[in-house]
Amino acid sequence: MQVNPWALTSVGLVIVVTYYLGRRTSRFARSTHDFLVARRTVRSRRNAAAISGEYISAASFLGVAGLVLKEGADALWYPIGFTAGYLALMLFVAAPLRRSGAYTLPDFIEARLGSSALRTLSTWVVVFIGVLYMLPQLQGAGIALTAIMPAPAWLGAVLVTVVIATNVMAGGMRAITLVQAFQYWLKLFALAVPTFILCVVFFGTGGSGSAGSLGQEAPPRFTDDTTVTIETDVTLGVAQPTPVAVDGADELWLPGEDYSPPPGSELVFAEGSRVPVVDDGALTNDSWLRPTENSTELLTTYSLMFALFLGTMGLPHVLVRFYTNPDGKAARRTTVQVLLLLGLFYLFPVMIGALSRMYVPKLLVTGNTDAAVLEVPAAMLPGLPGQLLVAVTAAGAFAAFLATASGLLVSVAGVIATDLLGGKVRDFRAATIFVAAVPAALAVLLPIEDLSLSVGMSFALAASTFCPVLVLGIWWRRLTWLGAMAGMCVGGGLVLAAVVLNAVSERTGGWAPWFIQQPALFTVTAAFLFTVIVSLGTARRVPDDVNAVMLRLHAPDPLGFMRDRAVARFGKAEERVRTGRGRHRK
Amino acid sequence: MTDEFYPSVDGIRAPDPTLGKSVQPEPPVEPVAEVAEPEPPPRIRRQRVVLAEPSRSSGSLRARVELEQQTSWGELLIKDLIKIQLRSGLALAALVVALLGSLPAVFFLWPGFTELNFVGIPLAWLLLAVAPFPLLFGVGLWYNRLAERHERDFVDMIEN
Repeated sequence: MQVNPWALTSVGLVIVVTYYLGRRTSRFARSTHDFLVARRTVRSRRNAAAISGEYISAASFLGVAGLVLKEGADALWYPIGFTAGYLALMLFVAAPLRRSGAYTLPDFIEARLGSSALRTLSTWVVVFIGVLYMLPQLQGAGIALTAIMPAPAWLGAVLVTVVIATNVMAGGMRAITLVQAFQYWLKLFALAVPTFILCVVFFGTGGSGSAGSLGQEAPPRFTDDTTVTIETDVTLGVAQPTPVAVDGADELWLPGEDYSPPPGSELVFAEGSRVPVVDDGALTNDSWLRPTENSTELLTTYSLMFALFLGTMGLPHVLVRFYTNPDGKAARRTTVQVLLLLGLFYLFPVMIGALSRMYVPKLLVTGNTDAAVLEVPAAMLPGLPGQLLVAVTAAGAFAAFLATASGLLVSVAGVIATDLLGGKVRDFRAATIFVAAVPAALAVLLPIEDLSLSVGMSFALAASTFCPVLVLGIWWRRLTWLGAMAGMCVGGGLVLAAVVLNAVSERTGGWAPWFIQQPALFTVTAAFLFTVIVSLGTARRVPDDVNAVMLRLHAPDPLGFMRDRAVARFGKAEERVRTGRGRHRK
Repeated sequence: MTDEFYPSVDGIRAPDPTLGKSVQPEPPVEPVAEVAEPEPPPRIRRQRVVLAEPSRSSGSLRARVELEQQTSWGELLIKDLIKIQLRSGLALAALVVALLGSLPAVFFLWPGFTELNFVGIPLAWLLLAVAPFPLLFGVGLWYNRLAERHERDFVDMIEN
């Protein structure tokens, strides 16, 4: 690992700019209302950029290209699902959620169903999902830092944690809004520019001829003599007999066998030899190029789509940004723009992933496919230009870690400060320290998994716990808190069981069927079913004020039925008078 | 909650527009205004904005009160709005699910489809990597227009 001074400089710049913008905007943050929801003054255009910036996490910026490199056409469902989740959010949740006047997800649930027990349960689920989602961001930061300088893996995690915790403590939601909006455009730039330049290089060097090889019934080839150092446990397979030198001893690898070279060993491949692929990847280029052709994968794809489509609306850091809009209409308009911004962004990681299949096939051997975005520029453009492009993508990757982690930190700290502590600014700061420290410690201690894997489970968990409460709570009068609680417990429990079974099966030979690896199709359905059945069985518990709440959720903004629950609870006396009744734009 | 709302109804109704710049002090606000010195000017301005708005007929006021009090008529009104919003949301979601959800099935049932190319790029990649995003954005725009139209219609109906 040699030092890339350009990349170090650009990452340093991103951190400095993040800190500076956060510092500048947090001067205005004084009250709890600022820290929780930025005083509900964020206009739709900026909020859309901030939501997109926060949403494009390590899993999107690095993970999507890595999955495309490994799995090909089947991986294209991830960006579709990530984006389509916002459509579901817009159709069923955005405007009514904002009109509820709630300031956190547990607060919305209490406002709708009037149960403090359910509020406590959802508080803990929010904390759990938040930490689960934050973990890969911090670990990703560690991976990215080791790719550009010789550093221990924990350094990146600690660095990111310190930067975001400083910002969030200074200004909460106020501080991170502008930062996240800036980071969206930075990430778009950091992926779009290298993609354009690499495409020009690709076609300029007659690469379009070699693109034909992507359709062949053969694995990718090494373009040079290549030495690959195995760093983690991998299982490799080949589609054609492949000569390889393992630590100097010549071997011939045969199709159908599994090879697990021990970590630390060096594999040497001659120029033109075929590339072995980690076990769950697409072995040959034509299977890479073609989408699903067997029924198990078909069902997995549907299950994944289900998780992503319905999981987005249950992610606490996404929802908390919707509370910052001035009214329901602005929340809806924000989402439309998010659909545009995300669609624009996701064109690029796919192209980078396809290019990396041709230029950095060695990542398929090491299994470190998440590094594709960081490695392909240097592989295609030797010398300074390549290093500069690496610097640009590394800056984008750090922006991704910072944006997502800070959004999660604000949402989880807000929930803890208002539900478990007193809700003062001081409490918010204390909660921030706690929430930042726990995932950072876990990120340092736990082994590193595939970036997209734990994100996939977070989506499944969010879809199976909060999605039924939100959708049924907004559109169905007969929901009761007991029903909601039953649905959350069943859905969440099933997902956790699947996670455990999956981990066991990975260590004992991978026997888990598809519905354990990607459980959303069944867990979400079960959660909805239990919610509805138990609600119907406890019809006496339908809250008395259900009609008033439904009116508030759905009455158009100009009628002025909206109440701000944050002001009602934390505001000063005169604020309460001013905004407690009637309309309250700002 | 309803108790809170009544003063506001009075607050809207009380001043006569011909009174010009004379300001009607609102009873619950006044004591705070005396304590906090720099507050009064913005509050007076804000009050005027609120007061200028409802040159509405008493009919609109009645409709709003009925909504607020959840009379059977008011409840029916809001139920209709919820129903129409939900219906358009479900229809658009069904459209997207049908279009995107049919893709894996098409690839599965008709393997020849994946061999098709369009200007050198496999059609499947274009359908998966490019086409869904304009579709999602378009449907989002469409729903936004529908939902805002329903809300406008609802407000117009209440105010007339």
